[in-house]
Amino acid sequence: MVASVTNLGRSGLYDWVIQRLTAVILALYTLFLVGFVAASPDLQFAQWQGLFAQTWMKVFSLAALMSICGHAWVGMWTISTDYLKNAGVRFLFQLVCAGFLFVYLVWGIDILWSV
Amino acid sequence: MLVSVYRYNPEKDAAPYMQDYNITIPGNRDVMILDVLALVKEQDSSLVYRRSCREGVCGSDGMNINGKNGLACITPISEATNGKMDKLVLRPLPGMPVIRDLVIDMSMFYAQYEKIKPYLQNNTPAPAIERLQTPEEREKLDGLYECILCACCSTACPSFWWNPDKFIGPSGLLQAYRFLADSRDTATAERLAGLSDPFSVFRCRGIMNCVNVCPKGLNPTKAIGHIRNMLLSQQV
Repeated sequence: MVASVTNLGRSGLYDWVIQRLTAVILALYTLFLVGFVAASPDLQFAQWQGLFAQTWMKVFSLAALMSICGHAWVGMWTISTDYLKNAGVRFLFQLVCAGFLFVYLVWGIDILWSV
Repeated sequence: MLVSVYRYNPEKDAAPYMQDYNITIPGNRDVMILDVLALVKEQDSSLVYRRSCREGVCGSDGMNINGKNGLACITPISEATNGKMDKLVLRPLPGMPVIRDLVIDMSMFYAQYEKIKPYLQNNTPAPAIERLQTPEEREKLDGLYECILCACCSTACPSFWWNPDKFIGPSGLLQAYRFLADSRDTATAERLAGLSDPFSVFRCRGIMNCVNVCPKGLNPTKAIGHIRNMLLSQQV
C-alpha cells in the first residue's frame, strides 16, 4: 500500500473509476454538441443561446465541466508523479493545475448561468 | 558477425560504453544469443553476464537484445535480427542499476515481488494430507504460475521505470493474481486491500510492453485487468 495525499480519491480504484465515468460524460457531451451543430446548418446566435438557456443543458454542461476538472486532475496528477521527481516542483505543478481547474469551474458556472 | 556489447566496470570505467566484437559463428548456424556471448567471452574473458540453465527456465540471462528484452538462451540470432543475421546489440535490462556489463541489480524488482506476499495464505485447519483443488480450480492458475521472474516484462514497462519503488510491475502483479486466483488461498481481502492505492496496480496504463516481451508467452496485462475487476466488484 502506497499512501498519497494529493490524488483525487486517496485510492487508485476511485481515481480509475472517476476517470472512466468522466470520460463517458465528456464523450456524450462532445457527441451531442457535434450532432447539434451538424443538425443545424443555419445555426444562429439566438438558437445557440436558446440551447444553453434551457435548464437541462445547464445541468449537462455543468456535468461536463465538472468531468473535465476531475478527469484532468487525475491525469495531470499521474503525469506529475511519473515525471517530476522533486517533491517541491511536483507540488508546485499540482498547485498550478488545481488553480487552473478551479478557475475553469467557477468561470464556467458563471458563463453558464449568465445565459 | 558484428556483436556490440554494453560494457561497464565501475571499478575501472568512468562511464559505460559499447564495445564491438567480430564473431565467427561455426558453420554459420542459427545459434542462440547465449552461445554468441560464450564466443565473445572466449575473445574477451573480462565480459560479465548471468546465465545458468541455458534453456529458458531459470530466468538468469534476461537482457536487451537488439532493442527488445528477452532471454539470451532461447532467442536465436535469426529472431533477434529479423532473419538478417547481421548485427547484434546487447545491453543490460533497461531502467535498473548496472552492477557490471550485462549484470543488473534486481533488488527493486525483488522488493516489489516480496510486497505481494508470494506464498499461499490459508487460515483454515490444515487437512491430513493436502488441500485439494478441482481441475477447474487448478486451470485458473495456468498462464500465471509459469512466470520465472526474469524481469524482462517489468524492465520493459515505463511505469516501472518511473516508479520502481511504488508500482509493483507486471511480473509482481501476475504473481499477485496467481495467489488471488488460487482456491486454496484465503487472504483475498487482505491482498486486495494492499493493492487499491494509486500506485501498486493502477500505474499500469495497459500499453502491453510486458506481453510483447515475455519469453514465456504470458499475459500480465490480462492478470492486471482481473485484479482491477476484483477490486471493483469488492468495493462497488
